[in-house]
Amino acid sequence: MRGRRNRQRDHHRGAELTRFDVLVVGTGHAGVAAAIHLRQAGFAGSIALLGEETELPYERPPLSKDYLLGTRGREEFRFRTADFWADKGVALVPGERVERIDPQARTVACASGREIGYSELVWTAGGRARRLGNAHVIRTLDDVDRLKEALTDARSVLVIGGGWIGLEAAAALTKLGKRVTLAEREPRLLARCSGHALSDFLADRHVREGVDVRLGVADIDSSAFDLVVAGIGIEPEGGPLLDAGAEGGNGVLVDELGRTTLPHIWAAGDVALHRNPFGPDRPIRIESVQHATDQAACVARAIVGAPAPYAAMPWFWSNQYDLKLQTVGLSHDHDEELVRGDPASGRFSILYRRKGKVIALDCVNMVRDYVQGRALIERGSEVEASLLTDAERPLKSLLE
Amino acid sequence: MPIINVTTRDGHSRAIEGKPGRSLMENLRAGGIEEILALCGGCCSCATCHVYVDEAWSAALPPMSEDEDDLLSTSGAREGNSRLSCQIPFGPALDGIEVTVAPED
Repeated sequence: MRGRRNRQRDHHRGAELTRFDVLVVGTGHAGVAAAIHLRQAGFAGSIALLGEETELPYERPPLSKDYLLGTRGREEFRFRTADFWADKGVALVPGERVERIDPQARTVACASGREIGYSELVWTAGGRARRLGNAHVIRTLDDVDRLKEALTDARSVLVIGGGWIGLEAAAALTKLGKRVTLAEREPRLLARCSGHALSDFLADRHVREGVDVRLGVADIDSSAFDLVVAGIGIEPEGGPLLDAGAEGGNGVLVDELGRTTLPHIWAAGDVALHRNPFGPDRPIRIESVQHATDQAACVARAIVGAPAPYAAMPWFWSNQYDLKLQTVGLSHDHDEELVRGDPASGRFSILYRRKGKVIALDCVNMVRDYVQGRALIERGSEVEASLLTDAERPLKSLLE
Repeated sequence: MPIINVTTRDGHSRAIEGKPGRSLMENLRAGGIEEILALCGGCCSCATCHVYVDEAWSAALPPMSEDEDDLLSTSGAREGNSRLSCQIPFGPALDGIEVTVAPED
């Protein structure tokens, strides 16, 4: 029996196997950037962009903002048109999920049974929203379509999770006229990625907008609400790579060029566990558009034979109500947090330092600090705290 | 449909059809100008949709906000006619506008 099954599989493989010079798995920001940057760098081989969704690749940030609010339609945040991909000779392979990788044969096997070969595999599968019972999540267009439909009959909404997605969802739902309760397990908002000043400022702002913010909540009775949304992070989608022997765990380990420990397999974006030149001295994952795009571009350059280590300055943004929040740098392991300007004015920045050096800024409606703070981080200069917190003094003037 | 004349980084010129009601950035991106990365999606948080607008059109453009000005100042390629294309709504009044994609920073 066994031999016969194998023969059938071999036959199937011989008949059906398509092979691409570069197979990109994942159609989010990193996948799209990998394909586009390969072409921009003059790569002439075949490229395929494979993803689970059947939608043309689209941007993620509007999902928890404009798309949830209904101010932008689904056609308005596609990365590119179908014509563009055809024009660039990028084959779209929608509706496929890779289940296994054979790094020796250089093939992937999809859940549908389809096998696809590659010369180079770029893994940008991102992550899957962590689930909590029947709670809605915000990760894909389908997720938000389902949420929007359910919202029509909902008056009270419980948002679980006080991270970026939870906060953006709370802001949008409040704007839609829902009675929003936000529950966070930690004693403050954004506990994993920001300092206390920003947590306090945002908690206060959400309360003033009418959100019932509950901190330090370990358990909450969700039956009291019409609808529940969970924004409790993602599980990185590295399973098939790890099963094939790649190093990693919470994500897939890559080097400074985006190479995994498996031959001819690269990874970028949310899933990539990497040492960031602006981060702590240990591998980390970064979930941001900037990181996804820049790391994928780094992989593309390495594939075309122009390798340069990944060294992009991390940045991130969020919009809630009329707040423009911008982060530059990474605040991991900071030992000092300096507030610049008055949070009560709604325009201020927070500088994070480690051993006296500025490593990150969170800026609230302060584009100027966000722009000028970048140079402070790059130069690693040590500036007196009283100068940094003097909001009258442009950060630019503090550069030596 | 009103037209946007674009010069890409390699010096090629293309005329693309612009959809009124969308920003210049969204139109450039939809028109297949892949050099317009527009990483922040148009919320004026990055400067990756930087273009030069032909001087003849400057009077037809909305004034620059402080945020746009600050972001543009991060670019080493800033010129007097630099704009972030996400901050320019496109409409019939800009039919025929000539823009050049700014060099990569």
